[in-house]
Amino acid sequence: MSVIAPNFKLSEFIKSILDVGFWVLLLFVLIGLPAVFMILFFIEMPIINGELLTPFLALSWLADPTRTLPIIKAFMTTDLFRIAAFPGFGFAALIAASTIFAERKMMAKLQLRVGPFYCGKIEGILQLMADGLKLVSKEIIIPAKADKPIFWAAPVLFVATAAAFVALIPVTPGWVVADIDVGLIAVFAVIGFFPIITILSAWSANSKFPFIGGIRALYQMVSFEIPLILSLLGVVILTGTLNLSEIAASQSSFPWIVFLPIGAIVFFITMLAELERIPFDLPEAESEIVAGWLTELSGMLYGLVQFGSYLKLYAFAALFVVLFLGGWNGPMIVPPFPEEIITEGIEMGPITAQIPGLPIFTQEVLNGILMFVLKTVGVIFFIILPRGVFPRVRVDILLDLGWTKLIGLTFVNIFIALGLLYAGILGPGGLF
Amino acid sequence: MSTPTLPPGLSIQKVDERIMTLNVGPQHPGSGHMRIIVQIDGDYIVACDPDPGYVHRGEEKMAEYRNYVLNIPHLERPVIHDSCNILYPYVLGVEELLGLEITERAKYIRVIAAELNRCVYIMYWLAIYGIFLGHSTMFMWPTGDRELLIDLLEKMTGARVTHSYFIPGGIRNDLPANFEEVCLRQVNYFEKRIKEYADVFYDNPILISRTEKTGILTRENAIRLGTTGSVLRASGIDYDVRKKEPYDVYDELDFETCVLKSGDSYARSKIPWLDMFQSCRIIRDALQKMPKSGSIRIKLKPNPKGALGSVYKRVESGRGALGCYIVSDKKPEPYRLKLSVPSFRNLIALPHLLIGEKLGNMPSVYWSLNYWPVEADR
Repeated sequence: MSVIAPNFKLSEFIKSILDVGFWVLLLFVLIGLPAVFMILFFIEMPIINGELLTPFLALSWLADPTRTLPIIKAFMTTDLFRIAAFPGFGFAALIAASTIFAERKMMAKLQLRVGPFYCGKIEGILQLMADGLKLVSKEIIIPAKADKPIFWAAPVLFVATAAAFVALIPVTPGWVVADIDVGLIAVFAVIGFFPIITILSAWSANSKFPFIGGIRALYQMVSFEIPLILSLLGVVILTGTLNLSEIAASQSSFPWIVFLPIGAIVFFITMLAELERIPFDLPEAESEIVAGWLTELSGMLYGLVQFGSYLKLYAFAALFVVLFLGGWNGPMIVPPFPEEIITEGIEMGPITAQIPGLPIFTQEVLNGILMFVLKTVGVIFFIILPRGVFPRVRVDILLDLGWTKLIGLTFVNIFIALGLLYAGILGPGGLF
Repeated sequence: MSTPTLPPGLSIQKVDERIMTLNVGPQHPGSGHMRIIVQIDGDYIVACDPDPGYVHRGEEKMAEYRNYVLNIPHLERPVIHDSCNILYPYVLGVEELLGLEITERAKYIRVIAAELNRCVYIMYWLAIYGIFLGHSTMFMWPTGDRELLIDLLEKMTGARVTHSYFIPGGIRNDLPANFEEVCLRQVNYFEKRIKEYADVFYDNPILISRTEKTGILTRENAIRLGTTGSVLRASGIDYDVRKKEPYDVYDELDFETCVLKSGDSYARSKIPWLDMFQSCRIIRDALQKMPKSGSIRIKLKPNPKGALGSVYKRVESGRGALGCYIVSDKKPEPYRLKLSVPSFRNLIALPHLLIGEKLGNMPSVYWSLNYWPVEADR
């Protein structure tokens, strides 16, 4: 394969970074710092511990870990951090973005291509940023006869619903945005919103191809929601709870996929259908109905829907991990936090700093995050893989699969779970 | 409400509320350079009206203003991926009009170039068939493997797609040094690669469930509608111009005609793939039987004048029987030139196949007809 590629030179790469750094520093010194001081000139500074809080004092405090670490730890317990950063939106968005890149590279390897290659010097790592910038800068074209408020709202609602789904996923013990006792029911409720948003977007565009795509999405999601719910019933029967954290915690010795493989397979197939991924991408079937319900979306409206669908992909993969693969449970491979740092402090040249508040994350939490991410990435790999192997199925075959075969298999799964429960092997009061 | 007064000749047609009319093309990812007007009732197609003609370029009229040699470059434009085969009947006809008898070596080299070109065309067709069914790997693999044969043709002719290789009196230039060896190696590797397509595409259960028993063209209908090439052979009719009316040296070469009986889209999509194996077989056989040296071209006078009369020649192209009818009136230019293209003849079957099918079957049935819009419009 002959590829005309720019030769990567480390020296040029370092030079470009230094160039950027130079300009950032220059602009900060010439514009940023004067602006900050002009603002501070007009603000009355508070008095803390008998000292007037000047900008220099604030900066020197920031450099002192004994003062900053407690602030960081306090910030991490707030709801804002949980929703915006770690178990919530930021973490999910990071995994979703890396999924897009990994998918493109993986498909390229499978199809004997190179994939994203030029942006960001190293293997096209900044391609996603370039695509995002392109989408943001594009004009948003709305059909003349569209129902404009709904047409604008649908992509935003799509991302919001996907983010609500993400909020229900427990990543590691204690780290979940919404730890509610009816977690699984809440998941079903959130999933139930997606068909509504899809049909709203498709119908409001007032165009033929989006309408057909929206109708297809509607009956695909509705017919696959029943096997989706039924396939998770086995897990609920055996654990006796609907709280996702407790379901994950109940798998400390073995994951449920060992006992309920049929349920796991059915859930995986329905997951592909709910995510509209190949082989079930009928609502976006390109050669039949242009781009399905996304046809009239342009610019960042399209970008939002794509971003939302990848958030949804992460959330479904994480749900699979929590329900069938044991969530954060796994072998302890993260080394314990060195005790002497807490007792003796860190030697930093001539001084030894005693830092209260370390460690920020305990060993169990770090290991839980690592295990969870590893398993999620594995599930995402298997979600992506069919795209390179299968063509698209047809509508009647899809509905036949959903209404007859998968529902039949879920009942087999429920009977297995009930059998295990009544035999006293698993479940409340069981052997394990 | 009073009825509006209409201009004479127009009438108001009552529209059924259940029927939705879709314009598939020409700006649609699943159409090519043409439009199919389909009317759907729910998910079922109730009416279908193919509307070609968006890329009509008047090739036949253009041919009346150029002499027999200058006609070559523009006549291969309708199918640039199959450029040797669309020139083949024209060159055979002109040779008969001019009374030329070409050498044995040139005939063999023509057959090799034509078979390589057939494979190049089928690979391109297969790639689009793959992406029409949503199988992106099947789009990328054939477009990549096609390069093997394009490289070979580039070595032979100097151009990647529009070769202009066949000329009245033989071929334009001789093979490069040690071409036989390179060709044999590339063709063997190519055959190994296309065998792998069975694993990823032709034996795929989803593909079979989608295309089997859809768009069935019966044996009688295939004959009645005048289809040709792979569409005809998929309906169980053993018809191949290379066998029935052998031209050049096809009667000395060892190959078979691939025939399937079912006549559905799956069979129609499989026949071109099976044809590629036979093409590889022909190329290997021709490389063996070819005279290793000799003249390849008869020098023509400038502006040769054809004899008074007309001639019709047919060859088997990548899509089916391709004919060329030339009328000469003792001038350097043809008086009339008519291309009888297989794409247009296969398109006639489309409405018969699509009515009653589901909308999801439309891309697979449409592209399984081995139709090339640009060639149909000429």
